[in-house]
Amino acid sequence: MPRPTSSSTLGSLVLIAVVIGGSGASFAYTAGWLSPDQLTPTRLVAALAPPSGPVAGHRRNHAKGICFTGSFEANGAGLALSKAQVFQKGSYPVIGRFNLGVPDPMAVDGAARVRGIGVQIATPDGQEWRMAMINPPFFPVASPQAFYALLVASGKKDDPNAMKNFAAVHPEIGAFGAWAGSAPFTESYAEERFNSLDSFTFTDGLGADHVVRWSLVPAAQAVSVSKDDLAKRSNDFLEQEITQRVAAGPQRWTMTVTVAEQGDPTADPSKAWPDGRRTVDVGTLVASKIVAEPDGPCREINYDPTVLPSGIHTSDDPFPSARSAAYAVSYDRRTAEAAAYPTHGGAPQ
Amino acid sequence: MNRIGGRFTGTQRVLHWGMAVGILAMLFIGVGMVSTVTTSYLALVSIHKPLGVAILVLVVLRIAVRLRSGTPPLPVDLPAPVKLGATLSHYVLYLLMIAMPLLGWGMLSAAAYPIELFPGVFLPAILPQSDSLHTLLWNLHRALAFVFFAVILLHIAAGLFHALVRRDGVFQSMAGGSIPDEPSVSTAAE
Repeated sequence: MPRPTSSSTLGSLVLIAVVIGGSGASFAYTAGWLSPDQLTPTRLVAALAPPSGPVAGHRRNHAKGICFTGSFEANGAGLALSKAQVFQKGSYPVIGRFNLGVPDPMAVDGAARVRGIGVQIATPDGQEWRMAMINPPFFPVASPQAFYALLVASGKKDDPNAMKNFAAVHPEIGAFGAWAGSAPFTESYAEERFNSLDSFTFTDGLGADHVVRWSLVPAAQAVSVSKDDLAKRSNDFLEQEITQRVAAGPQRWTMTVTVAEQGDPTADPSKAWPDGRRTVDVGTLVASKIVAEPDGPCREINYDPTVLPSGIHTSDDPFPSARSAAYAVSYDRRTAEAAAYPTHGGAPQ
Repeated sequence: MNRIGGRFTGTQRVLHWGMAVGILAMLFIGVGMVSTVTTSYLALVSIHKPLGVAILVLVVLRIAVRLRSGTPPLPVDLPAPVKLGATLSHYVLYLLMIAMPLLGWGMLSAAAYPIELFPGVFLPAILPQSDSLHTLLWNLHRALAFVFFAVILLHIAAGLFHALVRRDGVFQSMAGGSIPDEPSVSTAAE
């Protein structure tokens, strides 16, 4: 009988151990467990937390917001750039969210430099277009890794050189600092111009790709408010103002799509594209009803900018992927903590 | 060392090895995608979803084939507890092959994400948006992925043990190759 000798049995057992151990190690490596310095979505989200820690039940950034419903009135012109149904002339339902670019759901409205909007447009073909846009004209930094470094540096309040050192490595932050220091504050979400900042690729009906960014340009005239005046406003003045304004009449933004030309920095949202690029007004966003977030339809939506209809896809811009990964972590966390969220109009603890 | 002959059918072997590659890829893609913010994230997610659905379809087919074709018996001299372990671990593997895609599909549904398999091709939601369901299914999907990988490692170790140490033909019944001869003892018994 060809029973194996004991030495070849030992060799076989060693071989099996090597195969299993190697498989386990590859798995651990792929999971990032052996690379503590790898930028994971979890680390990125953790870095967003305020010093007191994340606020349970809420989005990990842009935590303070208010829902709106309305529509996107497409004028048909967008079909020149993308075959997505959302650009066919017609009216499509919207669930949106005005928000502040801070991780604190109790933030003071007048203190937030960055204001944002989340928009979800649904079309009859069952597809959705989700976007999350902000009011600066460009992003503070050029890459997700730089954004993480910025969060870490700005969290080091006791190190006066942290931001200086950061700026030395990421000089693009200077332009954002200049904007933050000089751009006027408006008195209303309805007066803000919101920008995609990231580029995406539109594919038209002939299969041609166009790399674009887009903006929501307000119909309302911007009225700037001085910093002194802002400080006197109530903590929730933006939410109160938009509620009253929309109750008095729908508020509108024109969606303007800007098309990149050869050589434009499509992968770097910290760089604006040169003036004179082709723009196409593709329709109007209408906010017709405001609903407080606890009872509103926007609370359960993750405004993941990579939820795109056929005819739009991501470009070489590295941010949408990082945002999608991080937003998913934020969604997973806050839904797991839903018990901590003050639903049904109850006052937040 | 009593091999009682028989192999899995060609269809079963193709399904086994094809799905083995697919499932291992799924597990590595899964842990890889949730640990990166690079553009690989979106690429891996876009593979994870259609591959998961493919595995769900294939496991249904595989169970149907198994019910029709059966399985070769295990060696008669395999100790009873080991036989029980083999049987149970196979049930666990089949359950996970069915459960993991359904949990993934369910958790994406409960999060109200559109589930795009291919450009323009979407799966319908199988659950309404629900924070608690999403959390439950997400936790299960994650935890069972590690269980799945552990059971697969056990399965591979057992398969190699049959191939290299016991040399009883169990490995070859799925892998192919010549089944070790059983010259003296069992011939008469057969």
